[in-house]
Amino acid sequence: MASATSRLPSRRKAVFAIAIAAIAAILIFLAVGGIGENLVYYWSPSELLSAGDQAYGATVRLGGLVAPGSVVRSADGLELDFAVTDGVERVPVHARAVPPAMFREGIGVVVEGRLSRNGVFETKRLMVKHDNQYQPPSEGDERSLEELAKTMQLGADDT
Amino acid sequence: MRNVATGIGLLGILLLLVGSYVGLFVAPPERHMGDVQRIMYVHVPTAWIGLLCSTFAMIFAVAYLWTGRNRWDDRLVGALEISVILGGLLLVQGMLWGRVTWGIWWTWDVRLTTSLIMFLLFAGVLALRSFVEEPLRRATWSSVATIIAYVDVPLVYFCVRWFRSLHQVQSSPETVHSSMIIPLRINAFAMLFIAIWLIAWRARIESKSRGAERPPERIEIQGAQNG
Repeated sequence: MASATSRLPSRRKAVFAIAIAAIAAILIFLAVGGIGENLVYYWSPSELLSAGDQAYGATVRLGGLVAPGSVVRSADGLELDFAVTDGVERVPVHARAVPPAMFREGIGVVVEGRLSRNGVFETKRLMVKHDNQYQPPSEGDERSLEELAKTMQLGADDT
Repeated sequence: MRNVATGIGLLGILLLLVGSYVGLFVAPPERHMGDVQRIMYVHVPTAWIGLLCSTFAMIFAVAYLWTGRNRWDDRLVGALEISVILGGLLLVQGMLWGRVTWGIWWTWDVRLTTSLIMFLLFAGVLALRSFVEEPLRRATWSSVATIIAYVDVPLVYFCVRWFRSLHQVQSSPETVHSSMIIPLRINAFAMLFIAIWLIAWRARIESKSRGAERPPERIEIQGAQNG
């Protein structure tokens, strides 16, 4: 063992240096390689509407708050109409999906589908995005729409 | 040391029972989520301690490469295995919670994707390890692979702040009611103690099996090709 420990450290430190260099290379790649632009999980209503013709037809995810007062459920419970808003723009959504129990007006949602030419976003995949608030029933939720919209991370700083 | 580790482990199991009791029966249901939010009391500690164990693994890997002492390789195995177990549990718990609250089992958002990558990377290090028979090379390769795999760990933690994701950002004492903080913290310490106990236990097993490997290692080192 003595011969092994006296011989190996320099080689081991060389390996160590290579590992550190590999990590630095990966981090630089992540930072400079524009990975952030490819990591937009959903578009806000404003972004979708400002995309013009590109917005139509492509399968995208649209994220925002369920606009208060906009929810209309079909009689059989299999279809759902509502509007998604970021506080500035709103996009009407037609969902052929059974929403999770958390679905309600004012909550964050992400819908996967496409914007049709009549301006309605058609989706079969409706996901609820809840925020990081965990409170007992005794605490009322009195946040404004603007405060709730912040939980959707739609600000210019994270695009 | 052995008795100390066992004591920490037993304390951890006791705390896990207490924390889970408080989480299931004393803490209130969440105002919008109801009872399903109680999975938080295992999911969040699993994430915290899983990320911590992978950090331990990275530290042990650096320590091994720096010192060349086998004891760091022994501890590395323990930390890697507990990281993989917690990483797997984390994905399963998250899928269960996501199905009920988000409405889906899985989506390729940045938090879920980096977490899956983390699980696969550390499982890959263990797989790599099982393919290398020569102990010195195995320890060196495991350490280097661990350090490279660790690049993903800060991404798992910070990605929800950097990018839009379906997964919410970290909660904090400001966003979680005090009655829910208590079981969360008890279970976090419980899982930390259990993880330390299991890593120490696994390191001891690895150290003993290394004793069985030593003779061929010594013959090889004394051989002419190493002169």
